[in-house]
Amino acid sequence: MWRFIGFRFLQAIPVILAVITVTFFLVRAAPGGPFDQEKAVSDQVRAALEARYQLDLPMHEQYFSYLEDLFRGDMGPSFYYPGRTVNDLIFQGLPITAELGFYALVIALVIGCLAGVLAALKPNTAQDYVPMSVAMIGICMPSFLLGPLLVLIFGIWLDLLPVSGWGNSAGDKILPSITLGAMTAAYIARLSRSGMLEVLNQDYMRTARAKGLPEYVVVIKHALRGGLLPVVSYLGPAFAALLSGSFVVETVFQIPGLGRFYIQAAFNRDYTMILGTTVFLSTLIVFFNLLSDIVAAWLNPRLRYQFRK
Amino acid sequence: MNFNNARLIFIFLLLLTGCSGGESESRVDSGNRDGVFHFGNHAEPQGLDPHIVTGIPEHHILTALFEGLVLKNPYTLDIEPGVAESWDISADGLTYTFRLRENTSWSNGDVLTAEDFRWSWQRALSPILGSEYSYMYYPIENAEAYNSGQMSDFSQVGVTVLDEHTLQVKLHSPTPYFLQLLDHYSMFPVHRATLEAFGSASDRLTAWAQEGNIVTNGAFVLTEWQINSHVRVEKSPLYWDAEEVDLKAIVFYPTENLVTEERMFRDRQLHRTAEIPLDKIFTYQQEQLEVTKIAPWIGSYFYMFNTTRAPLNDVRVRKALAMSIDRTLIAETVTQGVYSSSTALVPPGTLGYQPPQLFTYDPEKAVELLAEAGYPNGDGFPAFDFLYNTNEDHRKIAVAIQQMWMKTLNITVNLVNQEWKVYLDSHNNMNYDVARRGWIGDYVDPYTFLGMYITDGGNNKTGFSNARYDEIILHEAPAELDKDKRFALYYEAETILLENMPILPIFTYQFKHLYQTSVKGMPNNIMDYYNYKYVSLDPEG
Amino acid sequence: MTSESGSIGSINTALEMPRGTSLWEDGWHRLRKNKLAMFGFFYLLLLILICLVTPWIAPYGYEEQNLRLGAVPPTAEHWLGTDTFGRDMLTRILYGGRISLMVGFIATAVALVIGVTYGAIAGYAGGKIDNAMMRLVDIFYALPYMIFIILLMVVFGRNLLLLFLAIGAVEWLVMARIVRGQIQSLRQQEYVEAAISLGLSPLTIIFKHLMPNALGPVIVYTTLTIPNVMLLEAFLSFLGLGIQPPQSSWGVLISYGVETMEEYPWLLIFPGLALTTTLFALNFLGDGLRDALDPKASRD
Repeated sequence: MWRFIGFRFLQAIPVILAVITVTFFLVRAAPGGPFDQEKAVSDQVRAALEARYQLDLPMHEQYFSYLEDLFRGDMGPSFYYPGRTVNDLIFQGLPITAELGFYALVIALVIGCLAGVLAALKPNTAQDYVPMSVAMIGICMPSFLLGPLLVLIFGIWLDLLPVSGWGNSAGDKILPSITLGAMTAAYIARLSRSGMLEVLNQDYMRTARAKGLPEYVVVIKHALRGGLLPVVSYLGPAFAALLSGSFVVETVFQIPGLGRFYIQAAFNRDYTMILGTTVFLSTLIVFFNLLSDIVAAWLNPRLRYQFRK
Repeated sequence: MNFNNARLIFIFLLLLTGCSGGESESRVDSGNRDGVFHFGNHAEPQGLDPHIVTGIPEHHILTALFEGLVLKNPYTLDIEPGVAESWDISADGLTYTFRLRENTSWSNGDVLTAEDFRWSWQRALSPILGSEYSYMYYPIENAEAYNSGQMSDFSQVGVTVLDEHTLQVKLHSPTPYFLQLLDHYSMFPVHRATLEAFGSASDRLTAWAQEGNIVTNGAFVLTEWQINSHVRVEKSPLYWDAEEVDLKAIVFYPTENLVTEERMFRDRQLHRTAEIPLDKIFTYQQEQLEVTKIAPWIGSYFYMFNTTRAPLNDVRVRKALAMSIDRTLIAETVTQGVYSSSTALVPPGTLGYQPPQLFTYDPEKAVELLAEAGYPNGDGFPAFDFLYNTNEDHRKIAVAIQQMWMKTLNITVNLVNQEWKVYLDSHNNMNYDVARRGWIGDYVDPYTFLGMYITDGGNNKTGFSNARYDEIILHEAPAELDKDKRFALYYEAETILLENMPILPIFTYQFKHLYQTSVKGMPNNIMDYYNYKYVSLDPEG
Repeated sequence: MTSESGSIGSINTALEMPRGTSLWEDGWHRLRKNKLAMFGFFYLLLLILICLVTPWIAPYGYEEQNLRLGAVPPTAEHWLGTDTFGRDMLTRILYGGRISLMVGFIATAVALVIGVTYGAIAGYAGGKIDNAMMRLVDIFYALPYMIFIILLMVVFGRNLLLLFLAIGAVEWLVMARIVRGQIQSLRQQEYVEAAISLGLSPLTIIFKHLMPNALGPVIVYTTLTIPNVMLLEAFLSFLGLGIQPPQSSWGVLISYGVETMEEYPWLLIFPGLALTTTLFALNFLGDGLRDALDPKASRD
């Protein structure tokens, strides 16, 4: 098991390196540069800017000097915010986005699994249809719609919660967390329901029931492990998607998180910032995928055996 | 099931809320009481170094933090004394002598001198800084040569310190709007010792302009700057005219999302918004006219033709397209009265300048012109692409115009939207047929618009070139001292431009803001200019 | 839905032609008994039919404006009201459905074919191959999507085919992970080892013995992907890659509707209903298909 984890960590290095390399050249190939703006920039100003950001060097030199800096933990100066470094900006936004993502994931897991498992226990009854219909609407409801809708209801009409902000006034974290977690909750509900249904039909479940074990013991001890497997393999990508997908929620609620930087950087062609956030995000994705693989292995006895070998 | 879910959500909400108190006072109400202005500022400022930044959100913050030689009166836009308490202009209009106040200082207590201005301007013009607004200095003798690196001796540039509090500026041609430029942030002074403490003064990447470092000379000082959250400035006790400053503080919010911004306003979190969503305007005008501010702005909304491509290289086609747009109808319906119909480049009433009117909405004439160009009833007219940058207002206007062209001229137009930077790239490389363009004047003078279309100008990008036009814009008008004669020259130039029609005028911009009724001293003016000294909040409102 | 199951089906039928198609025939029989699933099936069929004949039945032209009229709530002339340009919403939703269904089905099919094949191979092969293949998925997943799309637009110009590719190009990643996880766990089961020892070819084992057992999560995820894809299309249109006005799609209509939900709620509600009912139908059919095609159920 430990060898497996160590091995996967080592593999992360070429993965992240590949992401950096592709991204590095991808952003430079995109039309429109960091210094293009509405009013034309004179040639000498452009030359001065390119010199300052080393864009006048040959491409491979830029690339290797970036890698060298990155290796020392320096992600370079932001192209869009003069005088700020990418490190500063990321570490300013990260705690906020991580907190938001965490709340969203907890909401998604709790609500999603609960709904899915309960629905699977009594398929084709009201206990199945009601939560599953809500889940379906949740999937239909993109955050750019759900966010403004929740704000309208709870912020404006009922005047219960703040319409924007993060940590500025009481309760302003509620609506963003729900908005971000809703779609994931819906997916989890669907995945856990189908996973549970599969498992509940298996022979060993019948055996367990035949032994006369109470239903909740059967469900909790035997069914949950296998039934939630699809959810677990979905969690890694889901958390990464929550972090990178928090952009809409952060914009709708005026939250100063990483997601806004990630998208704004692409729009501003802030080369170093795009790279910085991507490197950061790819590390997270690799890490969470690994984590979800480990948990999946732990939940699946056959795979666990394989690891022990 | 549902009950369980509901209970769980409830518990979770409690966790998130912590022990939330009862009804708290809104930001606007507490702001009214304490003199704190909550300002919807559209976007996060790129930075606060006045010689580097370029945007309107930065402008709003920088004019609170810094002060140039002069200020403007927000009611009349007349020039008022700023750091300079008085000035003399020589009879030929070329030499300005500014007498600086002796009681003005930096926010750290240092005295502000004429040398500070000379040094700051040298810095702004230094070629390696790459200041994008350096052209604001170009009326000054040799400023352009120094900025482009052709001249390395700054003493040749027309900026001289006569004594500690007297600054003399020499221009290369009389520039009647020169005083206006001094109020633009690109000409603000910066504090030498601070800049040099954080690295080279001509390096744009130092941290001098950040929270805790920056030293300023305006009515407010920077006290908080949390990126993508807010910028807070507070009244400076050292400001020379501090008695006249009513506000205790201003908090600027980067309100990118217009829908959210409007809701923050309704939730009484903002005193002023940067925008009003088009679809909300009707409701506000019906129900809350008193908080709605919509007024003409010195900006032009137009489409540009790539005159190097067929069939748009035929002026008759361009005119047909221009005449088949019912601007008034669009202005009244699609844009809800925001934007007013325009048939020229320079917005009307720019300090008394009235642009020529060469055409009107005339669908029959348009059809005739198109037939003359060889496309009777649109037959054989090749479809062209119409390019605009992704934006709700632009889309709506384009959709309406596309339909008018199709109906009147029976031609096919493909709408193409591109993300901002891609759009700029297509524009700069003239990789378009017809494209949307907007231009907001830097100062109140026709030159800020007409200067765009000189041959091969960086902002031209239409292929338009006319020798007489260049002659007027570059040589005759700048040398003319008499205002009426100068405007007559501009009128002639604009007539040439519109006869050749490399651009298709559509609208004059109007700014649109929401203001809480407690806000006083922010009148409408065509620059959408605020002088925070005049602003106050009514504690009762 | 039909097109995805079709794509799996065709692979399957091709592979097992000589030995009959009992699983699929059984499945169809059982599906027909599931009322909800059949409801979903016929609803979708009806929807597709309507979309096909839209140009002949739409009451107005989708680009036909009446600026003076503006946005009005449902009336006798305009059953679903009009938008701010005075365009008939019913017409626009009908035409929008053509785009959305096409994008939804085709892009999901692309994602499904790539994702299922890729995931199945990785899961079956295991070991180093699996590892390498899944790390490639990680790399794709981490690339900044928006820059990727902007570049696609530059390289290939704008057209709908490209849109499908762009959407398929991201959506297959999650699908691959799910399929691979399923196959990997099934691979350990006795009957597979038996099949291997019988000398059956890996392709036969994957598609005849493993895939039918892994279909459940795949079908569920597919039905979830389709609405997602329809909404993603709206974002791509925003970046300039998707459809252009005066054309529209459900996703685009919804995203405009959000901005005016207080002033003109019908601009949000009707396209929203169109998307939601389609999604429900898809899910009913999807669940029905999963139950019908469950190989364990067939043994009962």
